[in-house]
Amino acid sequence: MEYLYYPGCSLETSSRQYDESLRAVFRALGLKLTELPDWNCCGATMYMSVDETVSLAISARNLALARQNGFGDLIAPCSACYTVLLKTNRFLRENPELKAKVDRILAEAGLSYDLTVNIRHPLDVLVNDVGVEVISLAAKRSLEGVIFAPYYGCQIVRPERGFDDREFPTTMDTLFEKLGAVSVYFPLKTRCCGGMLMTTFPDVALQLVKDILDCAVENGAQCIVTTCPMCQINLEAYQNRVNKKFQTSYRIPVIFFTQLLGIALGCSERELGLQRNFIPLGEPLSTKSSFQVKESRQTRDEIC
Amino acid sequence: MNDRNRVPGALPLTERELRRTFLEQVQFVPGGDRIKRCLQCGTCTGSCPVSYAMDISPRMVIALFRAGEIEKILRSRTIWICASCYMCTTRCPQAIKITDILYALKRTAMDSHLYPDRFPVYLLSRNFIHIVNRYGRNSEVLLLIRYYLRQKPFELLRLLPLGLRMLRKGRASLFPTRIKEVKAIRKMLDASKALELPREKGQAEYAEEMVGYRAVG
Repeated sequence: MEYLYYPGCSLETSSRQYDESLRAVFRALGLKLTELPDWNCCGATMYMSVDETVSLAISARNLALARQNGFGDLIAPCSACYTVLLKTNRFLRENPELKAKVDRILAEAGLSYDLTVNIRHPLDVLVNDVGVEVISLAAKRSLEGVIFAPYYGCQIVRPERGFDDREFPTTMDTLFEKLGAVSVYFPLKTRCCGGMLMTTFPDVALQLVKDILDCAVENGAQCIVTTCPMCQINLEAYQNRVNKKFQTSYRIPVIFFTQLLGIALGCSERELGLQRNFIPLGEPLSTKSSFQVKESRQTRDEIC
Repeated sequence: MNDRNRVPGALPLTERELRRTFLEQVQFVPGGDRIKRCLQCGTCTGSCPVSYAMDISPRMVIALFRAGEIEKILRSRTIWICASCYMCTTRCPQAIKITDILYALKRTAMDSHLYPDRFPVYLLSRNFIHIVNRYGRNSEVLLLIRYYLRQKPFELLRLLPLGLRMLRKGRASLFPTRIKEVKAIRKMLDASKALELPREKGQAEYAEEMVGYRAVG
């Protein structure tokens, strides 16, 4: 199978490990990823809050390019891109007047868009197109001993009714449990991490990040597995500031779901960009050996 | 009047003008008319992870909007604190698109220059748009530098260690990537400006009816 891939700005820089590990996972499963040629920024939430028509047109340029390349499915791994591209489709489908405006703007760039591109999240593709069974057959090592908090963040499940529940998604839980990992009770799995508030109102965002870290650590997670570049950076890079502000001592690894999946599929540390994470994974998750697994199982028993 | 003069860059705007701008914005939201169905149940406020930091709760936003106090909403912290997590939209029993309505309010506030240039969200969005329009893609480093230089220059020093760590890990690039067809983006922007200018009359009238404003005056 072949998919068209829209990386998004974050995956080019601050979340390069997401890009690397996504490509590695698809390679390991024998799927082909083709990067959308000359893609542009989707506009994120910030463009939308200033100028709606232009932000929709800019985001529609990517969809028009995808159509030009003859693809019906476009993979967008960043939650913000995923939501914005979905939203563009919905707004244009439901509002002919807006569609006409956007068409006129797109025509200036020599493009046209017929509303037929489907936006897919890689988690959706992996679980619903490839299937958990197939992935577990392709797995080279078991994730036994891994105790993780599945953190979906807000924008891949909301506002649209997408591939999973909007408040209590389970796709990631099912996938990794099949591979041998254990997911902890984690009611904050779709709680907001604050997103750009970390820059504009840091006090509010730090509180949100602390709530999520509290919940994961108290429930015994060894690591937080996420699907969103913004969540990853807020939860990982700002742990020090949370610790300073709230007198806590958190040091919990936050990895992308493709990185954890890549470990199961036998990809190397370099391929998955694990060296780019600030907080290294503990022993049970190390890509090098599997004999540590038993030790961590004990920890799990202690916790349960 | 004193209240009005507190925010620099503010224009003495009447409720009527603000209302018109807002209605123009809200009519493009699919299902934007459902705002008239609000029951004032407060599910939005209860679901919001950041409502504790807001001065006006999401429920009150709709109440004030109905009461004709739109300026109060526009001057509140609320619309800027929303992190777009869509929890309220998902849970609203009347299927009101609260997040999208807050976007429409943000655009109204920016259109009406109700905020000073250095207001955080406004400043960040402006710089973001500047970068995207120029390069076609966002550059996080450039965005944060531009933002903090105008907002809180000393914060940059505090962020320096984090920035260096990101650079060392290969997670930051000092130079933005420019897409090949930046020209296409420019053309699109020019085209949209040409489209924006003649504001179609009669639209706001229709929207007024749509959101049930007629009944409340």
